[in-house]
Amino acid sequence: MHPALQGLITIIIGVGGCVGYYYGANMLLDKVLFPAKGPNAGRNINRAGMIRPWIFLFPALCLLGLYLAYPVFATLRLSFLERLPGNEYAFVGLENYTKMFAEPKFNEALLNNMLWLIVVPAASTGFGLLVAQLTDRLRWGSVAKSIIFMPMAISFVGAAVIFKLVYEARPEDVAQIGILNHLYLLFGGDAPQQWLQIPFWNSFFLMVVLIWIQTGFAMVILSAALRGIPEETIEAAIIDGANPFQIFFKIKIPQITSTIVVVWTTITIATLKVFDIVFAMTNGQWETQVLANYMYDKLFRANDWGMGSASAMIIMLLVTPILVWNVYNARKEMR
Amino acid sequence: MTGVTLNSVIKKYGETQVIHGVDLEIEDGEFCVFVGPSGCGKSTLLRMVAGLEETTGGQIHIGARDVTKLDPSERGVAMVFQTYALYPHMTVKENMGFGLKMNGHPKNVIDEKVAEASRILKLDEYLDRKPAALSGGQRQRVSIGRAIVRGPEVFLFDEPLSNLDAELRVDMRVEISRLHREIGATMIYVTHDQVEAMTLADKIVVLRKGVIEQVGAPMELYRDPNNKFVGGFIGSPSMNFVGGTIKNGGVDVPGLGRTVAKSVAAAHESKAVHVGLRPEHLSLDPAGDTFRVDLTESLGGVSYAYLQAPTGERIVVEERGDDRVSEGDSVGLNFETERVYLFDAETEMRIR
Repeated sequence: MHPALQGLITIIIGVGGCVGYYYGANMLLDKVLFPAKGPNAGRNINRAGMIRPWIFLFPALCLLGLYLAYPVFATLRLSFLERLPGNEYAFVGLENYTKMFAEPKFNEALLNNMLWLIVVPAASTGFGLLVAQLTDRLRWGSVAKSIIFMPMAISFVGAAVIFKLVYEARPEDVAQIGILNHLYLLFGGDAPQQWLQIPFWNSFFLMVVLIWIQTGFAMVILSAALRGIPEETIEAAIIDGANPFQIFFKIKIPQITSTIVVVWTTITIATLKVFDIVFAMTNGQWETQVLANYMYDKLFRANDWGMGSASAMIIMLLVTPILVWNVYNARKEMR
Repeated sequence: MTGVTLNSVIKKYGETQVIHGVDLEIEDGEFCVFVGPSGCGKSTLLRMVAGLEETTGGQIHIGARDVTKLDPSERGVAMVFQTYALYPHMTVKENMGFGLKMNGHPKNVIDEKVAEASRILKLDEYLDRKPAALSGGQRQRVSIGRAIVRGPEVFLFDEPLSNLDAELRVDMRVEISRLHREIGATMIYVTHDQVEAMTLADKIVVLRKGVIEQVGAPMELYRDPNNKFVGGFIGSPSMNFVGGTIKNGGVDVPGLGRTVAKSVAAAHESKAVHVGLRPEHLSLDPAGDTFRVDLTESLGGVSYAYLQAPTGERIVVEERGDDRVSEGDSVGLNFETERVYLFDAETEMRIR
């Protein structure tokens, strides 16, 4: 069969199946199970109304359960097992975890993740807020904002490639193609530096990539929040004699705290899961390892399912409380 | 001496001019109300006095100081906004004390002044609440309190009662009036509601399209309007206008079915005019049959009868007493000639 025809049939079956399910289930509920007529019409309508949401939610719940909830438990189970040759498993209790915590590379990853966690959300939110405030009243402000937002459209790997070129080092006697080394030499540096191989500081060079991407996100959300502040409260503060800094810090920021929290936690979650940037730029060498890349190393390079799953659980454990707080704040703001 | 003086004040937004040279003198301690339809520039003018809008031309003096180029905080004014403009993250106490804090006053002075203001406005029990936990009327009181605490030379009110419901509006109106008596500071008050203007003002400034139409005490404007606009704007329900022509020293008014004997200067002979009659100066004559009663509105103490003139013009008449007309009746009209206002149909200026 022609592949295009095959695709078309798949689409028809898929979409038709969906429509058929919702339409059919709804009909079954209204006409057969609880018909809105006869002596119990009122009771039937109420019952049908109570059941209907569940019928409509069922496919989504089913898929979420299969692809989100089940893997969590499967991973948890794997983290207590050791894979033996011949597709056999042995229960090892917490051994995967204890082994992992004893490994220097894991502790390095944990430490680096903490560092990322502090620097990236703070810097992104800070810069985002700064840009949002500074471009608010400018005629060319929207152009500036579009440019700052643009990195959001680039994938993490793409951004990593761009910044690898920025940090590129060539031998001393050759022209530098990395802009950082070019500037470094221009301002009196003695020799081109391998920026990504300088321990401790190289982590910050990686963070710059994520900050570069997330600032646009923070800016867009915070800019909208700043616009939402009632103009009169600012005018009242002007008459009250507050200077621009006091207006910003004492009137504007307190009124958008919940938005700042949402932005901050959203970026925090993205930061905790950071993988692509480290994977593409250093692959965790030179003391830049992070948890997600460590997990990838264990799971797919070392084929150690136990420790890989254990590190995945650690990441989930770290993300969950922040996620809960994030959702709580986001819902509070929507109210 | 902290009156406010405006000297040919102009405001332009780019090419569009919205205030066309306003001259105004507000005395020390006076309650001055800017009134006019929406878009007449009354709020803009107030915001220019506050310093929230730049003044394109002319000067603004507060007392003897030229404040035209000064920052809002240096002008010695406090403003109450229509939307209250309270800082939502601060308590009532912090809201009221914010201005003093920004100007570096010590804490004990701030506490003292806040306590004083909350006593005047009966806000003592709400001092630790956030604005979200207050009703509209309470919020506006806090907003007024914030103005009082700063001890300004001039209070500015920008439609402060428009967001309140009708009953509360009357209460707050009385309260603002009382406040003015107690504090005695100069106040400028912007409203589109002529009832607020009439009840509160020492001096009313009627604005239209960025130009002052007339300035005067409330009753002065009511009794002696300079033009058709002021005549129609002041008074509720508004003045009736019917078309007429000046003829042989009288006014021929087909809408009233008669000639009104009114001595007019010879220069105005055969001019088309609008004849203005206030509903409260008209009385119905049950014996007549010139007008048909279209509709009556009874408010209890008074009723308003909407009459249809033979020319199709509408005339509203205020009725008191026990015998009132009903819809469909045919009636005549009585009025005193000296209560009739004449306005030039072309220039809309009063013909006296």
